[in-house]
Amino acid sequence: MARQVKFLQGNEACVEGALMAGMRFYSGYPITPSTEIAELSAVRLPKLGGKFIQMEDEIAGIAAAIGASLTGLKSMTATSGPGFSLKQENIGYAALTEIPLVIVNVQRGGPSTGLPTAPGQGDVMQAMWGTHGDHPVICLTPDSVKETFDLTVRAFNLAEKYRTPVILLTDEITGHMREKIEIPDQSEIEVYNRKKPEKNEDYKAYKVYDGDIVPKMANFGEGFRYHVTGLMHDETGFPSNSTKNAGILMDRLMAKITDHLDDLVDYEEIEIEDAEYVIVAYGGNARTAKSAVKKLRAEGIKVGLFRPITLWPFAEARMNEISKNVKDILVTELNYGQLKLEVERVVRGNCPVRFFGKANGEILIPEELILNFKEVL
Amino acid sequence: MSKQLELRLSGSGGQGLITAGIILAEAALKDDKNAIQTQSYGPEARGGASKAEVIISDDVIDFPKVTMPNMTLALTQIASDKYIMDISEDGTVIVDDSIVLPEGIKAGKILRVPIIKTAKTEVGKEIVANIIALGLIVGLTGIVTRESLEAAIMSRVPRGTEELNKMALQKGYELAKLY
Repeated sequence: MARQVKFLQGNEACVEGALMAGMRFYSGYPITPSTEIAELSAVRLPKLGGKFIQMEDEIAGIAAAIGASLTGLKSMTATSGPGFSLKQENIGYAALTEIPLVIVNVQRGGPSTGLPTAPGQGDVMQAMWGTHGDHPVICLTPDSVKETFDLTVRAFNLAEKYRTPVILLTDEITGHMREKIEIPDQSEIEVYNRKKPEKNEDYKAYKVYDGDIVPKMANFGEGFRYHVTGLMHDETGFPSNSTKNAGILMDRLMAKITDHLDDLVDYEEIEIEDAEYVIVAYGGNARTAKSAVKKLRAEGIKVGLFRPITLWPFAEARMNEISKNVKDILVTELNYGQLKLEVERVVRGNCPVRFFGKANGEILIPEELILNFKEVL
Repeated sequence: MSKQLELRLSGSGGQGLITAGIILAEAALKDDKNAIQTQSYGPEARGGASKAEVIISDDVIDFPKVTMPNMTLALTQIASDKYIMDISEDGTVIVDDSIVLPEGIKAGKILRVPIIKTAKTEVGKEIVANIIALGLIVGLTGIVTRESLEAAIMSRVPRGTEELNKMALQKGYELAKLY
């Protein structure tokens, strides 16, 4: 199959990306504005020998995906804010049990059932801190239909490589808009598959062998005896109350992120080189910011855009570096300033950090962002 | 037309306006242009007034939504009442000729066109009003080539309705010549 030019919604591109990355299991509970992901998965998966299950609720939706992943299938579930809240417990479970999984959250206006058909970006901090306990978090956020495809592939690859749940945080803007996408041929897609143990190996399910980043993962039920638990566990997978052991396990889990920032952190910079001012925007709202930056540049104002593509771990080092060379940073997002807190933290007072956003279900238009930006001039 | 087309297609749910928006955008891609289509969801998408929006441009399209269309189509009175007042100064408003226009509307051009009547009496199916509208819009603007539009329509319409839709497209082009 050669490259194909298509006109797709972000949600549809997500499924195309997932299938190319090797998704063979989807379970979930359809919720606006993510429903198209479930619909298209239901159409496509059976044709590829995969499985689609509509579960009884959001919690079961992620639980089944975790189980399927444990048996060796690349699995995904998709939801929006209300369902993302319900899935938090199992996100923590997948993090501690090191089960690869992709969770898509197509954000809508919140809190609670909020505004089902309108965009929002209020789940940014929830993606980081939603489940209890310290845990590794990888969260990616696309600003176009094409990037939704690319980041879904990347989400699967990172989930497999680091054996951890990966959150694809999109929003109603990118989820529902249709735009041009050139879908690469399968041969052009880099696919990472989890490492599995050899049959005759003396297998310890949670032991990291030399040269590996994470433990090798046997398909559950294929003859390897091991235990999976949300309790702290030792290398065999069986529960352990040893604080020494818990410390080793937690250090190893957290190091998946801290030791691999170069691999994980990704961002886009536009006109940052000579910028005196920087706008920080991500996801669907970055489209507003891109338009605003172009218009401001046309007026001769030296402004650039910094767009985190990996939201978590945040591009701390780069953001800090940029902040040393600019007069002001404006963070814009469709919430009350969630990422602004993180930007403020990493900038460490190098320059003022302002905020402009909305959380009423409306998309920001470039003109209002420009107006707000100009207050600094 | 080198300028970016920001088009709003409005009517009632079931008139195929979202499909029309997608078809026009797909035709634009065939012409190597950029296109983005968005629509409104929720209660207003069922019955009442519904709208689909399309931006077609030679350049990269950053902001995906239409804020001030330079062309608006309304096929029903409710859609007209709700959507046609937001139009750029030099923009074109196209309404079905059954619609009573609001007082004080300002636009570059206001066209009242028998779209639904043509669908009913000349093509024989009201359902093709969306395709007639596409022929009309492309006839007036030349925003996409006729070859691309026809190919895009043919790949989207149900099998067995090709001739009907070709006829509707032709009627749309013919209407465009009158305005």
